[in-house]
Amino acid sequence: MIGADAIVKCLEEEGVTYVFGYPGVAICPFYNSILDSSIQTILIRTEQNAAHAASGFARVSGKVGVCAVTSGPGATNVITGIATAFADSIPLVCITGQVNSELLGSDVFQEADITGAVESFVKYSYLVKNVNDIPRIFKEAFHIANTGRKGPVLIDVPIDIQNAELKKFVYPESVSMRTYKPTVKGNAVQLRKVVAELEKAKRPIICAGGGVLLSEAEKELRSFSKKHRIPVVSTMMGIGVMPTKDEMYYGMVGNNGKPYANRAMNESDLLIMVGARVADRAVSQPDLITENKALIHIDVDPAEIGKNVGPTIPLVGDAKHIFKELLSQEFSCEHEAWIETLNGYRNTMMPRRNPNPDYVDPAAFITKLSEKMEKDGIYVADVGQNQIWSCGYHIVKEGKFLTSGGMGTMGYSIPAAMGAKLADKMKQVVAVCGDGSFQMSMMELATMNQHHVPVKIIVLKNNYLGMVREYQHYTYKDHYSVVDLSGSPDLEKLAAAYSMDFARLETMEHADEVIDAFLKEDKSMLLECIIDPMDLVK
Amino acid sequence: MKKIYSVLVENRSGVLCKVAGLFSRRCFNIDSLAVGETDDKAVSCMTIVSSGDKRTIEQIEKQLNKKLDVIKVKTFDADSSISRELMLIKVKYNKTNRRDIMEICEIMNAQIVDMSKNMMLIQMCDIPERTQLLIDMFQSVSIVEVARTGTLALQKCTETDEKSSQKG
Repeated sequence: MIGADAIVKCLEEEGVTYVFGYPGVAICPFYNSILDSSIQTILIRTEQNAAHAASGFARVSGKVGVCAVTSGPGATNVITGIATAFADSIPLVCITGQVNSELLGSDVFQEADITGAVESFVKYSYLVKNVNDIPRIFKEAFHIANTGRKGPVLIDVPIDIQNAELKKFVYPESVSMRTYKPTVKGNAVQLRKVVAELEKAKRPIICAGGGVLLSEAEKELRSFSKKHRIPVVSTMMGIGVMPTKDEMYYGMVGNNGKPYANRAMNESDLLIMVGARVADRAVSQPDLITENKALIHIDVDPAEIGKNVGPTIPLVGDAKHIFKELLSQEFSCEHEAWIETLNGYRNTMMPRRNPNPDYVDPAAFITKLSEKMEKDGIYVADVGQNQIWSCGYHIVKEGKFLTSGGMGTMGYSIPAAMGAKLADKMKQVVAVCGDGSFQMSMMELATMNQHHVPVKIIVLKNNYLGMVREYQHYTYKDHYSVVDLSGSPDLEKLAAAYSMDFARLETMEHADEVIDAFLKEDKSMLLECIIDPMDLVK
Repeated sequence: MKKIYSVLVENRSGVLCKVAGLFSRRCFNIDSLAVGETDDKAVSCMTIVSSGDKRTIEQIEKQLNKKLDVIKVKTFDADSSISRELMLIKVKYNKTNRRDIMEICEIMNAQIVDMSKNMMLIQMCDIPERTQLLIDMFQSVSIVEVARTGTLALQKCTETDEKSSQKG
């Protein structure tokens, strides 16, 4: 058995079903070995999207997403995808081919110091120097990626190591790393403090981030919120922790969030942040937030607590464990008046829009689309105005909402939607992007076509890089610079070129029929919605 | 606020780079950094001197602990530790200042470890403030070159050893 066979065996041991990637000479031994395995390979059209597809796969399956690319440009191309996964704590294992280990450091053809380059975007990285280390390294990599605060792990494997004979393949049963033991269970003393604060609180609120979804703690959070009638808001990455229409849910916070969600958070006297980084888009002045309230910060990563925000009651641990623990403790808190106040805000502080009837109104369209989507359908939003409209108007029922929140990587939605669909073929998967973000990933229509991945794509077309145009509208008084997307392809012809069905919606008049037809069959389709180029998210 | 971090790390290639990179990426200061093997060949000890406000100091410790190559982080301040720095300093001398240089060395407890007709190589091992003082004292003579190890520090032999931050 050679190193490449061992890598494939490791992936089989880990239950990997799909590898997203792009071959090159330096990773060819691996791609040769994988032919003898039942693991399916998806030939993505550019390496960045291999990581995005693996990310979509991971977020739907709850397993580690795997991608494999070649050395040099293949490896450097994948960095943006890795950084995107890192920012949102998505578990990936990324295998990169590398030049012959004896040539390392001599700047030979397609050599890139990828472990060095990617250092600040990975949870950990390995450069394999001995073929016999492969089983241990892969076991560790999958463990690291999918435990504690999840994240991407990169394994760089020189071609001679992939071709070297392994003495004996034994896949380790457990991981023993003296430097890595994430805290999962909450500290009992801290838990008691949390309960004491809750008993005292008159206006408590939970702000849930992506960490709740990553620890699959939705059920526990909902039960806890329901049991003690504690209102919940979420960050962008936390969308989906509760159904949008749940009576205890008060929307997304932040500069692009719901006004009533922000007001609820600001007026609370006890804020429980869970699995959220308290980054600038969710909380504009994190150091001021504790001025009028107590703050409990729950996170599996101790370094997140106190990083951006002032004095807190820290509680390190996994959200699922902690909510289970909190559910098992009996205490009472009364705050019906607070809930009534919040309901009042929710009913009266709805953002108003004045849609132009000559175009599709993205807000109304997205709401209509999500109402018509299957209950457990997966909605993948890209980055740009489309993302903000999606966050604001998509109604989550039981499905997932995926987007690139931390990094804001344009082009995320199509490859991530493909990964999501492959993770669960029974689910309806819809990617919503703008015409800018669509063109960053449109090469993947070929991948969808080749591998028969029936993802539905919606392009909100306004011929502008809308989010930047909006910024230039406010900041530079309509002095538009490099945001005009003239020259974009005819999407109808493009769809035909990739054998996809196509539809166009120009106003809201026929929205119902068009959306019904778009969602009807489980096959890929492109729907172009013409929106007002001057429309604003704010 | 100045803090000394004594960081035990896996003795592998690239670890220094990862730890140093963490400081630059998060805009933490490094006042000095010294690395060497410990009694266990698989473990290196990095002594990092850094400064910042309370939150920064706490973040440095947490971020160091988060690194998968870091085994243990101890944080302490100058009062609770013994710190030393080794310095080698080469100076030019002549007949008129030779006596002065030797006197300064004597007062400062520095040793002349090598010399030629017009140069002396002086070694000094002391707390960083005093090695700096020696440099200041030699400002009037011509310094040819200086090499310093950076601060090495260990906590004083007290029970506070037990309270120091521990991983896990």
